[in-house]
Amino acid sequence: MIAFSDAHLGRIFLPKLIDLAHKTTDRLGRPLILMEVCGTHTVAISRSGLRSLLADHMELRSGPGCPVCVSDQSDIDRIIALARLPGVIMATFGDMVRVPGTESSLEKERALGARVEICYSPREALSLARDNPKNEVIFVGVGFETTMPAIALTIAEAQKLGLNNFTVLSIHKRVPPAMKVLLDDPELRVDGFILPGHVCTITGRRVFDFISSEHHIPAVIAGFEPTDVMQAIYLLLQQITRREAKTTIGYTRLVHEEGNEKARMFIDEFFEPVDAPWRGFGSIPESGMALRTIHQRFDAASRFPIEAPPSSPPEGCACGEVLRGKFKPPDCPLFGEVCTPSTPVGPCMVSSEGACAAYYQYA
Amino acid sequence: MAAQTGNEVILLAHGDGGLLTHRLLEKYFLPCFDNELLHQLTDAASFPVEPGHMAITTDAFVVDPIFFPGGDIGKLAVCGTVNDLGVSGAKPLYLTASFILEEGFPFASLEHIVASMAKTCTEAGVAIIAGDTKVVGRGQADKIYITTTGVGYILPEADLGYRRIEPGDCIIINGPLGNHGLSILLERESFDMNADIVSDCAPLNSVTERLIREFPSVKFMRDLTRGGFATNAKEIALQAMVDVRLDEKSIPVDDSVKGITEILGLDPLYLANEGKFLAIISEEEADKAVDLLQNDPFCTKPSIIGTIGAGRGDVFLKTELGGTRRLNMLTGAPLPRIC
Repeated sequence: MIAFSDAHLGRIFLPKLIDLAHKTTDRLGRPLILMEVCGTHTVAISRSGLRSLLADHMELRSGPGCPVCVSDQSDIDRIIALARLPGVIMATFGDMVRVPGTESSLEKERALGARVEICYSPREALSLARDNPKNEVIFVGVGFETTMPAIALTIAEAQKLGLNNFTVLSIHKRVPPAMKVLLDDPELRVDGFILPGHVCTITGRRVFDFISSEHHIPAVIAGFEPTDVMQAIYLLLQQITRREAKTTIGYTRLVHEEGNEKARMFIDEFFEPVDAPWRGFGSIPESGMALRTIHQRFDAASRFPIEAPPSSPPEGCACGEVLRGKFKPPDCPLFGEVCTPSTPVGPCMVSSEGACAAYYQYA
Repeated sequence: MAAQTGNEVILLAHGDGGLLTHRLLEKYFLPCFDNELLHQLTDAASFPVEPGHMAITTDAFVVDPIFFPGGDIGKLAVCGTVNDLGVSGAKPLYLTASFILEEGFPFASLEHIVASMAKTCTEAGVAIIAGDTKVVGRGQADKIYITTTGVGYILPEADLGYRRIEPGDCIIINGPLGNHGLSILLERESFDMNADIVSDCAPLNSVTERLIREFPSVKFMRDLTRGGFATNAKEIALQAMVDVRLDEKSIPVDDSVKGITEILGLDPLYLANEGKFLAIISEEEADKAVDLLQNDPFCTKPSIIGTIGAGRGDVFLKTELGGTRRLNMLTGAPLPRIC
């Protein structure tokens, strides 16, 4: 057993963590609120039972950390419109298939005859393109900084193979610009941030320094085992009790100050920052990543310019509020009644990393 | 099979009821499924019945790929139906098998599948006594689909039903979870993982029969196929209007399955099994039942994994960390055609 995944260690550590939580709450004079900004953390916290163990001592709120969830309704509608084009094979990660657009979903389109293929890796989409030379394979590039290097490598490989029937619809997002918007919200009340470990593996620590230096909120970069998350929470509580605010690395196994420069160079070679719409946030400057003009032949947005019909988020759906940390999933009037994993209204109930799905499945 | 030249794949004519259909029957099905009742070759097989209750079940098999580590569609088609009878408290006797073949399907594959069905029937102590073959045009089916129907008699000692489940009962499973679903997934996708995951596909009727005969307090059994353990546990909780309380620490999952499902974001509790079942039994007999399972070739690491509590249909899992999470039914897993 590797130490960081040892549940026994976690059980020993838990009373210490709870003890410190009490001290912190006493000092604050009000309940403690921490936010995790990564869907994988949301799932880890719920699945390990950590949420239930800490429920009486602090509130763990989810932020905009699930890439499928933060995808704007207009982008979902665009993906569905592209899937309807004759000869197109839509290749996508599985979570995207059931996300409801304004009128349809990829799941529904597939039943009606569209070709929608689920890929676990973008390289599978390349094989699809190679095996189906008469079709156009469009890969839905969705994800944060962690996903982008693999997509960039895939495009590089497509280039090398001379494939001209492979494109990427890039709806990638960058985490720091969204964090800035989140923090500028005067209503936001968060005492500390659990930062996404794998995003930071690529970006490094420094890009998130503004959270503590400008907004005076502690932030700790965390790994994904329950004990990693517990350690990050402990480090946050230590800062809060000492009235400190620093952005530090808890996930030292993988994250370094400067991140992964080589991966960033790959991203930079193929993508450039653009303004992009986020569900619940509106357009955020330089928060999206579009393919650079010199790689236009791999850019689904330029190869297949389509006018997606005007879209609006589903009526009554509070995914936007959940993603901005204003609502906990059960606060949404649709949660668990109208909106369930088998009848999802918004994306947060569909994606396995969505906050609503995690609450519904594990709470 | 050099003599098969020109005949090495299934043709539409093999399903027209004429000479080629006859040859298919004579050459492949009859010798493999050899038994007196089948050799009656009448429109329906007739057989004597025991006094008491009979049980019947039917299942269609469309698994993709048709060959996978640990089995194939033929073995699965026998095990699936035999196991449904076994966990219902029945002793399976006879099966029927209906084949839908795609034009162009290789004879070599058919031969392999039929031989595998025959072998599994022998293991399970059942006989295929009636069957049918249809051939559809290329592209109108995917290689081969098999439907099996099984009949058996309810063991006189069996008294199974949701109504018998009550607080304090123990839940037993016969081995590690998730192997079948994961082996199919790995076989279908090209992950380049050097994993040795083998399907657990196996006939369980002999062990279910022994449990029932030896332990009167076996109250309910269920094979843990589609939807995996979690979905079945939830269904039982709802039907019996009790809570199911599970202890994550005691649920056996192979390390390799644990590792790969973690990488892929899957949960072994929701993956299909084809050789696993749960039994609900009184606390007094639970340990002895586990001892019995321990000596069965199709049971590895049998364990008591939880208990029944009074409640309203919830399934609670005590995590290794000591927290609690709720298990619900499987929704929308992107992995169709696992059986």
